[in-house]
Formats: sequence, structure tokens, C-alpha cells
Amino acid sequence: MSHLIEALQTLSGNARQYEPFTGANTQTPYLADRRQKYQRKLFDTVDEVLARCALRDGMTVSFHHAFREGDKVINYVMAKLAEKGLKGLTLASSSLMTCNAPLIEHIKAGVITKIYTSGMRGELAEAISHGLMAEPVEIHSHGGRVNLIEKGEITIDVAFLAVSCCDEYGNASGSGGLSRCGSLGYAMVDAKYARKVVLLTESIEPFPYMPASIIQDQVDYIVKIDSVGDPAKISVGAARVTSNPRELMIARSAADVIEHSGFFRDGFSLQTGSGAASTACTRFLESRMRKQNIVASFALGGITGSIVDLHEKGLIKKLLDTQSFDGAAGASLAKNPDHVEISTSVYANPAAKAACCDRVDIVILSALEIDTDFNVNVLTGSDGVMRGASGGHCDVAAAANLTIVVAPLIRSRIPTVVRQVTTRVTPGESVDVLVTDHGIAVNPARQEVKARLIAAGLPVVDIGTLYQKALLISGEPKPIAFTSRIVGVVRYRDGSVIDVVRQVKE
Amino acid sequence: MKIVKAAIAGTLESSDLVVKVSPAEDGLDITVNSEVYKQFGEQITAVVKETLSAFNITQGEIIVEDKGALDCVIRARMQTAILRGTESKEIAWEKL
Amino acid sequence: MMKKLRRSMLFLPGSSAAMLSTAFIYRPDSIMFDLEDAVSLKEKDSARLLVFHALQHPMYKDIETVVRINPLNTPFGLKDTEAAVRAGVDVIRLPKTDTPDDIYQLEGEIARIEAECGRPVGSTRLMAAIESAVGVINAVAIAKSSPRLMGIALAAFDYVIDMQTERGDGTELFYARCAVLHAARGAGIDAFDVVYADIDDEAGFLKEVDLIKRMGFNGKSLINPRQIEILHNAYAPTQEEVDYAERVIAAAEEGDRHGLGVISLNGKMIDAPIINHARVVIERKNASGVRQ
Repeated sequence: MSHLIEALQTLSGNARQYEPFTGANTQTPYLADRRQKYQRKLFDTVDEVLARCALRDGMTVSFHHAFREGDKVINYVMAKLAEKGLKGLTLASSSLMTCNAPLIEHIKAGVITKIYTSGMRGELAEAISHGLMAEPVEIHSHGGRVNLIEKGEITIDVAFLAVSCCDEYGNASGSGGLSRCGSLGYAMVDAKYARKVVLLTESIEPFPYMPASIIQDQVDYIVKIDSVGDPAKISVGAARVTSNPRELMIARSAADVIEHSGFFRDGFSLQTGSGAASTACTRFLESRMRKQNIVASFALGGITGSIVDLHEKGLIKKLLDTQSFDGAAGASLAKNPDHVEISTSVYANPAAKAACCDRVDIVILSALEIDTDFNVNVLTGSDGVMRGASGGHCDVAAAANLTIVVAPLIRSRIPTVVRQVTTRVTPGESVDVLVTDHGIAVNPARQEVKARLIAAGLPVVDIGTLYQKALLISGEPKPIAFTSRIVGVVRYRDGSVIDVVRQVKE
Repeated sequence: MKIVKAAIAGTLESSDLVVKVSPAEDGLDITVNSEVYKQFGEQITAVVKETLSAFNITQGEIIVEDKGALDCVIRARMQTAILRGTESKEIAWEKL
Repeated sequence: MMKKLRRSMLFLPGSSAAMLSTAFIYRPDSIMFDLEDAVSLKEKDSARLLVFHALQHPMYKDIETVVRINPLNTPFGLKDTEAAVRAGVDVIRLPKTDTPDDIYQLEGEIARIEAECGRPVGSTRLMAAIESAVGVINAVAIAKSSPRLMGIALAAFDYVIDMQTERGDGTELFYARCAVLHAARGAGIDAFDVVYADIDDEAGFLKEVDLIKRMGFNGKSLINPRQIEILHNAYAPTQEEVDYAERVIAAAEEGDRHGLGVISLNGKMIDAPIINHARVVIERKNASGVRQ
């Protein structure tokens, strides 16, 4: 045999490495053992898995946030890592919520020294805004996260991915069992790129649990735990359409803008955020779509029960879902064949060969602040503290044919329209129309849209006028004082730095 | 005028405020707590002081719990608390 | 001169700081600040001052304001009137107006206050609310009792109690609506219909609006901003009505240019009332578009 190998080597000019056959299961020794063959990925505790992952100080761990405020896995795993005495970890969670306040302790103890996330809220965000971390957090968009991973800036050593159900090989989805999150769009990215992928599941289903969102050939280990999430907090059925008259008024006005924008025609595509005004807007669109015989080709997002409703009524052909915002969306994903799950990369990655957001005609987004140049802040409150997320905002705003921001002019005395945003997340050049309860402002770069809205009799005003009105009603707010210390770096979708968040001065 | 008894006006609903006034002997002791203190704390305090001065009140303990109320609402609640606390029967409209 | 449109009058409890701080965004034809039934006895003084200050806020400057005071025979009514007039309210709504004397009494107080605070005497208008059988019987006299009166409104809640019946499909308001409407037309002032309390029953609301609009009411009291859009749409002309109105106006202008005494359209004579009605139709279309 060795002669044969030598001859082959010579034949190929030593260009190829040949090995002689040594046995049927040389590369797959687990096939020889029954337990190994079927259940080698299964472990009873996270601790057992940690050893096998060779997780060491300074490594990067990742999570997804599809379970929203009901998520238990991020806190659970980080507590285990802290227990193990790990230090200097980089946490790369697709986003962080108010329920992640327990991470504060781990940061104080030096377990986590760097964070990459789309956003943060609650006590954790307050603490970080007040200087908890030595290194600034990196705030990225959803598409931008994939970009950072592909460029190698985020190198995930171990991804801990919560799933509703999976089989012994790791075929997993967010649509079965008790704790359902619907689309696993974020997790699909980590499953592809992480060095080691660990699934945390509430139930092990019979093989093959297919079609699957996360595929068996991406998964290293599986741990069954009691609970990955609190179903009551993940989503509470279909988000009820608001009855708040102000939000309804803004939503109706946004529907008027869409109708007369020039982009409202058969086959158009849309995306709505999860805010109350955005969700209500889809209901106002329904009657207009029926009247004009318009069927949308697809809706992208961020899918809500309202969008599902339009789909089931035959008014939207396909739903492309990277995150299911409520139970109705999750249920629809499981049963409607034209409601399709897509990864965050396919959704909005600027480095992808093609991203769905590039095909969106109209997107409705919200804002914490918008300035007279149409720059948008969705990250920091007017008190300078982080309380939101970059999310898909700048991704879709950049790509859509018409980007509409809906917001009340004033929230509890705080003006939404300002001279200059506290933190710039989405650049003004990506934002076309602002719809408020005091009027509609159009970016000067979209004169043709402005002309159409005016011709339709809509209350179009200069954004400067809205700014002045806000001041007239609430008085001039004092600017927030910051120290010079940077606590957050806002990365635009291409990875460039578009702004920073500084520490709030007390 | 003099604050002769403890009085309270307003509610803790969003866009409203609660004003509590009580008698005091040495000067004015004003406390302002607000959801929007950083942005409007100074402004709120100015309106509070202005209202007290229009009624010539130089002694009293004033506590304000603000939930993002506009100036006109702050004035209204302050004046109501003062009128209640001074047990005024008549309203001198020019003062308001 | 085009008469002011008063299709929608939005009621706001004078005690709600949140509503007073935001209601101007809804653009009803008039906003009514209520110091009477919506405000508890303990809070009458507090609400009065809230409304006093809200009325002076710049955002309420270009919208018609109304204050519903407490009756003058309560400890609150006079103070409410002082506050409202001094703050520059456009109209005072007097609840439970039973006789012209009620109007004369209020008028007298208002004239005194206007003089005291330097407001042009006569500038504060009045609206009489009819809430009893006696009020309905006296509606004609009430409507003519003062040049300050710009309208007369029917209020159902207390009226049906006085009539020993209850709110239902409208049968209980049959005579009262007709009486109030005729009193208003006889005096040349506006007529306003009752509140529709079930804000979730849009179909029922629309049915009632349709009825009162056909009867000829100028407008209706509303208790939720969501009702404004529905009401304005019901009062909006259809495209056919707008097209016809435009032809009428064009024919009238053509007639003017040729110095014709009699104008005709499609062989039918059109005279001043028809031309005026056409102008009202166009005005309504300009206010809220064509009916959807």
C-alpha cells in the first residue's frame, strides 16, 4: 500500500496528500458506539459543555435575542460562565434587553469586558451610560453585525443559542414546544460563523426535526434546560392595535403619505416597525389597498400580527421574517407556507451578495429624536442614557425607496424634533418623510414626493416649523451635560463610526 | 399671603404634576422632583418661584412631583395649591 | 361671509392636564373644556385654573374654544365665568338652560367681567344647552334671548331622566331634536346634537350622525377624538355633490359676467339659496375633502 501511495504522490507532483484506507470509521469513530452515534451532542449541563468548548478567558461568546424580554438563556449562561471563573470575555449578543440587568454584576466582576450589541435598555443601559465599563460598547445595526462577523472583527468562539425545540442532531426551530419565538433569523448567522455552536432547548424532538432553521451540520452540542424563556413575556398574542387617539391619528396620516407618495401601486413592498403607530398604520392601509386593488408583493421585518392579518386576507403575497414580534407572527410562520424565515444576513447584511431590504419600497420606522437635517436617534433618550437599539433602522432606511419616520412631536414635554440629535444612528440622507401629530415634513432632497403630498392636500410643513412648534409648546430644554469619556461607539452598517455615546455627567 | 395649612393639588398622571404646600417659619424651602429634571428642572423651578412671588409668599415648604407637565399646567397646579393652602376665598385674577 | 363650520365639538374634562396639553392636535371645529359634569366637586377649583391657563396657551389661539361652566346657582358658576371670560374663551356654554332668564343672568355677569378686564363687551358668545322638558318648551324664546347666542345644543343625559325614559335608538329624543332645531333656525343660530357615548360603536355613531345631518343639525358634541374623523367624513360632500356645486357656482359666475337677472343650469332656475348652498358644499369639501 505504501508503494501505491508513494506512486500516487509522485504522479500528482506532490500536489495532493493521499492517505491509505485504515477502516470504515476512522474519521467517524462515534458510529461504532450506539450512544455516540445518536446522542453524542447531548449533555445534561452547560458545565459539561463548557469544558468541551475549550472556553478560556478573553474569548467571545454570542447569543440571539429572539425571545425578547422573556429570554432566560443569556442570563443563565453568563451566570454559569461567571461561576466557572472566566474573565475578560467579549459578549456579542444580537441585542440586550431590560431583563439582562443581571449582567451588571458580571461586568463589575470582570467576567465581561467588552460588549457588541444592537442596543440595550433598563438598568444595564443606565449603568453603562454612567460609565460602568472600561471599554466602550460597540453598537451595531442588525445587518452591520453580520458585516462585522464576516470581516472578522467579531470572532465568535462559542454561540449559545436558545431554541424552542431540536432533535438529537441539532436541527432546531423557534416554532414548536412551549416557549416559541418564531423566526430564528439572528441565530442562523451565529450558527454559521461560530467556532462552536451550543443549542439550549426545552425539548428534544424525534429525529428528523425538519424543516429546520438551524441545521444539524452547524451544531456541536445540545443541552436541555428547564426553560429557555417565559412565554408570557416573549409575546402576548397578537399585539393589540392601539386605541390611543394620538397614535391612531399619526398612523392614519402615515397611511395618507403612503397612499399619495407615488410608491403605492400593485406589487409594492413594505416594512413596518413594531411601534404602536407603525402597527396601526397597516390597518389604515388595508382599506386603501382594497379600494385601489393593490396587493403587496412582500412585507419584510420584524413581522407583526397586523402584517400577518393583511397576508391572510390576501393583500400581501409573501412575508419575509427575520424576527417574529408577537405570537400571531410566530404562529403564522409555523403554518403559512408563504411566511418565510430568513437570516439576518439575507435580511440586511450590506456585505451580502444580496439583501432583502434593498427591495423594499416603503418602510415605516420610529425615532426617539430626529433633527432638522433628518438625522435619527433611536438609541439614547433625551437625557443621554441609552434606552433603545440601532436594530434594522439604518439598514432599511438606506435601502428603501421611501423611508417614513412616525413620531409624536412631543413625548411628556420632551421634543422629538430637535436642532441636533443627541446620538446619530441613521443619517438624514436616508430619511425621507417625518409624520407627526402636528404635520408632515419632507426631506428637501425628495421634492417630487413633497409635491405629490402637497397636491393631495396633506399638511406638509417645513421641519424647522415643527421644531419651532415643539419649543413653543414645551419650552426650550436644557442641553444634557456629558463628560468626555466615551461609553459607546455607534457603528454604521458598513462598520464605520457614525457617532459616539459619552458618559452622562451627574 | 401666608400658607396657613397643608394643601395638595394635581395628579401623578403623565403630563401632570403634584404640588404640596405646607406652612413653614423660616423662608421658602422648594423641592422639585421631575421626570425631565435634566432638561426642564431650571424652568420648572423658575415657574414655581414666579408663582409664589406673584402671591407674595415668602414662607412655606413646597414639594413638586412633576411628570412632564407644560408650564401652563405647572402654573395652574401651583396656584390651586396656594389658594387652598392660604384658604383664599376670593381670586385676584390679575395675579394669575 | 362664510359662516364658521361647527361640525365637531370635542369635549375635554377640564380636570385632565394630559388632555388639555395635547387636544389641539385633533383639529375639531371647536374644543369644549368642561368644568361641570366631568369634574368632581373637590376638583372644581383646580380644573378651573387648568382651563384658565390652557385657554391662554398659543396652541389654542386658532381654534374656537368653549367652556361649559357650572350653573350660576352653584358655588362654582360665577368663578368659572370669571376665569373663562378673562382667559379669552370664545363661547360659554350654559348647562341646564330652562328659560331666557338664565341667559339674561349670565349675560349680565359676562358684560360686567368684560368691562372689568378690558375685553370688548359683547365679544364672549354664548351657547345654551337644553337638558329638560321645560328647556325644550322654552327653546324658541331661549334661542332669541340674546345677540351673544351663537347656538343652542340638546344634551341627552339629563333630558331623558327628566322625561322619565332612557337613552335608546333616538325615539326618546324625537321631539326634542325637532324643537331645538326649529328654535335655532328661527333665531338664525346653530343647532348641536347630543353626545354619542359608546366610543367603540362606530357603526351606531355613524348612523346617528347620518340622521342628525339629514335633519339639519350643524354639528354634534364628541367625547373622543376618534369620533372627529368619522363625523367630518359624514359631513363631507360626495363627489357628485361637489361636481354639481362647482357647476352651480360656474353658472352663477357666468350669469354675473353677462349681467343676467335669472340664472339657469340644465334648464332649471337656480337662485340665491341654491348658490349659497353650493358654496357651503365647497367649503365643507375644502375642510375635509370628499366623502370616503
